[in-house]
Amino acid sequence: MIGARRLDGLVHGLGASVLVLALSALGLLLWDVVHDGVGRVSWAFLTGYPSRRAATAGILPALAGSVWLVVMATAMALPVGVGGAVALEEYGSRGRWARLIEINIANLAGVPSIIYGLLGLGLFVRALRLEHSLVAGAATLALLMLPLVIITTREALRSVPVSLREASLALGATKWQTTWHQVLPDALPRLLTGLILAVSRIVGETAPLIVIGALAYVPFVPDGPWSSFTALPIQIFAWLARPGTGFRENAAAGILVLLVVLLITNSVAIWLRDRSSRRRDA
Amino acid sequence: MRRSRLLPACGLVVVSTLALAACGGPPAPVRAVVTIDGSSTVYPLTEAMAEEYHRAVPDTRVTIGVAGTGGGFRRLCRGNLDVATASRPIAPAEAAACRTAGVAFVELPVAYDGITVAVHPSNTWVDALGVEELRRLWRHEAQGRLLRWSQLRPGFPDREIHLFGAGADSGTFDYFTGVITGAPRDSRGDYTASEDDNTLVQGVAGDPGALGYFGFAYFEANQEYLRAVPIRLREDGPAVLPTRDTIRSGEYQPLARPVFVYVNARSLDRPDVRAFVEYYATHVGDVANDLGYVPLDDRVHAAIRARLAARQTGSLYGVEAAAPARTLAARLGLDPP
Repeated sequence: MIGARRLDGLVHGLGASVLVLALSALGLLLWDVVHDGVGRVSWAFLTGYPSRRAATAGILPALAGSVWLVVMATAMALPVGVGGAVALEEYGSRGRWARLIEINIANLAGVPSIIYGLLGLGLFVRALRLEHSLVAGAATLALLMLPLVIITTREALRSVPVSLREASLALGATKWQTTWHQVLPDALPRLLTGLILAVSRIVGETAPLIVIGALAYVPFVPDGPWSSFTALPIQIFAWLARPGTGFRENAAAGILVLLVVLLITNSVAIWLRDRSSRRRDA
Repeated sequence: MRRSRLLPACGLVVVSTLALAACGGPPAPVRAVVTIDGSSTVYPLTEAMAEEYHRAVPDTRVTIGVAGTGGGFRRLCRGNLDVATASRPIAPAEAAACRTAGVAFVELPVAYDGITVAVHPSNTWVDALGVEELRRLWRHEAQGRLLRWSQLRPGFPDREIHLFGAGADSGTFDYFTGVITGAPRDSRGDYTASEDDNTLVQGVAGDPGALGYFGFAYFEANQEYLRAVPIRLREDGPAVLPTRDTIRSGEYQPLARPVFVYVNARSLDRPDVRAFVEYYATHVGDVANDLGYVPLDDRVHAAIRARLAARQTGSLYGVEAAAPARTLAARLGLDPP
């Protein structure tokens, strides 16, 4: 008895110390970035254009580029991903093919992002001649999101009780009516959680965008899906690669902006999730 | 009530996707953007020109990428780039690829990129250094071994040598290691490295046992605190001190080179590209110095602008790219060979 209790305490202590370690590493990183960058964050920085002078350089084109990319990539990946998951989960059989597809999707989620970048370069930039446009970048990021969206949507669909489907079918609803009116609304909160994860992943992606040719210097806000673009991680990378301490501060400030964008996207998604689950409970 | 929540959300997504798909036919051929890509060494210069031009003509759009010199040439020769920037002349193979693709280009040298090897002014023992000596000093095998001046050359005093050099993120580092150790990015690591040339200048200026390398412009701005070391390309050759003249004439080898922009001749038909390139060729001398480059001399500058006005295509380095000793002026026919 005493041995088990001691073990319990030990595991508890270990868990707590691991948590403290992880949080302090994160805290240190945040403190460093805030320390370096917070002085540079200003309205002029947020609405400014790139410049060779660190003090007057701004982040607007990169910020706008990132917002465009996330919105477009989500718009592309969400219908396809949710549709794929519904097809697999609600309509698909449980045979060998389903297993094969499942394993492949799980593997795709683990493929390094630069591979997606190379695919995007070959497929969207070269073969489809989309050039270095927002469409090509968003499509590449959508590919990156897709496995994550499919996997989390399937998990969400699986968590919907079978009795709900059976009740709907018993009342004479068709399979599609059941899926659309009962299953998907019930799965929505979890689905949105999955989407948060996928969006968080692509907001910070640098490698695939560098491969498909995001630019270092874009002095204008993208005005449409065919515009050339730069994105926050690219701008941060470009500033870090430059000599001069001023650009380091800019990079730190850029990281802060990126973090805030991430926080805003996530809180919007969390708000949507909470709203939908609250309405369900009511 | 549940359905009314889901429908608008999904509807929005579907509509936006359809909207995207609707315009997803052939991309509209609006190319009101001057596209530039290529060398990261030339990037600060090009960025400055784009920024100044943007200030002069606000409704123009110039984008710059840093795919590297080779990457820029590849895009230029595929025909989907207006301007390629380069820290070396186009190679015969690359020029051939352009010809095959039917892409003609106008080659414009825009400035010189020079590196100075400097020591403390109280250093009286270094008269000149050969490329071979610099190689022995900076190659990675020297790390932890070659630590004293006397090891570099018998006869030098037996005191510690403190090295200052470019950080691995800078184009200066790539260039210096490339021509000195023979392999780009092959360098010893036990030296004070900084991407900021001012830090290196301060380091060398404050340490009698120091030796450092950085951009020529930084040496020029701090001449009273530093002494430049003349460089001997060959053992039996003359030692050449870096000055504006020796850099422009090509005598100061191998640590100086011209940098270029290559303009797609077809893009020059577009008024926005032509206006920007003309602005670049005209005003590059105004900012070159501040950014650490050596401006072209007036004669060469005028000849380059004439080349652009006449849209003279092809490379000055076509046949004998391997003979870097010929100066730009000679290649342009300004000096008798």
